[in-house]
Amino acid sequence: MSPRRILAAITDFLVGDDPRLALAAAVAIGLTAVVCALGLSAWWLAPVVALAALWWTLRGARPSATSASKTSS
Amino acid sequence: MSGAEVSLALSVFLACAVEAVEAFTIVLAVGTTRHWPAALAGTGAATLALAVVVAALGPALTVLPLGVLRVVVGGLLLTFGLQWLRKAILRAAGAKDKHDEEAIFAAERAEAAAAPAAAGFDAYAFAISFKAVLLEGLEVAFIVLTFGANQHDVGLAAAAAALAVAAVLGAGLALRAPLARVPENGMKFAVGVLLTSFGIFWGAEGAGADWPGGEAALGPLVAVILLAALAMVAEVRGRAAPEVAA
Repeated sequence: MSPRRILAAITDFLVGDDPRLALAAAVAIGLTAVVCALGLSAWWLAPVVALAALWWTLRGARPSATSASKTSS
Repeated sequence: MSGAEVSLALSVFLACAVEAVEAFTIVLAVGTTRHWPAALAGTGAATLALAVVVAALGPALTVLPLGVLRVVVGGLLLTFGLQWLRKAILRAAGAKDKHDEEAIFAAERAEAAAAPAAAGFDAYAFAISFKAVLLEGLEVAFIVLTFGANQHDVGLAAAAAALAVAAVLGAGLALRAPLARVPENGMKFAVGVLLTSFGIFWGAEGAGADWPGGEAALGPLVAVILLAALAMVAEVRGRAAPEVAA
C-alpha cells in the first residue's frame, strides 16, 4: 500500500462520508475558542453550530417512495 | 459510578456492540461459505492489529495537555457523532435504507461463494475477515481510547468494549446466525446522540468554555441533542417523497 493510499484511508476514516460535518466540528470548536478568547460566554455556541450544520446537511433529504431494508452500512 | 462514567460506559458498549454485530455477520458469512480456519485467522490478525493501534496511540494521548486532549478528542468525537447521527436520522425518516444483517449476510455469502476457490489456505476468507474486523474495530478503538483518556478511565472504556464483544459473540455463537434481531438502527441513533454530546462538551471545554453546572451540564446537553435529532427525523419524514416515474 502506497503512502498516498494510506494517507487517503486515514483522511477518509477521520473525515467520514460527509466532509461538511468534519468542517462543522472544527468550526464549532474553533468559534468557541475565539469567543472565549474575547472573554465572552461561549458554552452555547458549539451545540448551536453542530445542530445547525447537521440540519443543513439534511436539507435535500426526502423519504423514499419505497423505504425497503437493504444493505447500506 | 458518576453520570459521566455511566454515559461513557454506555456509549462505548453501544458503539462496540453495533460494530461487533456488523463484523460478526461478515466473518460468519465467509466462515460458513469458505473456510473457517482462514476466517478466524483473519479475525485474530485484525484483533492483533487493533491491539497494536491501541498500544501505540494510548500512551501518546495521555501525554497531551488536558486542554489540547479535550479539543482533539472533542473534535474527533463530534465528527464521528455527527456522521452517525446524520445516517441514523436519514434511516429513521425513511430517507436511507435500514441496516439489515440478514440481507448483508446473504450478499456476503453470495460474493464469497462466487470468488475463486483456493487450494490450502483460503486467502480470500482471511482477507475479507481481516478487513471487516479491522475496519469495524478501528472506530471503536478510537472511541475507547478517546473516551478513556479524557475521563482518565481507559480501564472502564475497555471493560465496556470487551463486555459488548463478549455479548455479541456469545449471542452469535449460540444462534449461529446473523444477529438480525439486534435493534441496530436504534442503537446507532443512541450512539450518534451520545458521541455528538460528548464531542460538544469536551470540545467546547477544551476551547475554554465553562459549562453551567460543570459536568452536570452533560445530561441536559444529551437531552437537547436527542430532542433536536428527533425533531429532524419528524421534519424529514414529513417532506414529500420524490415522485417515481411510471
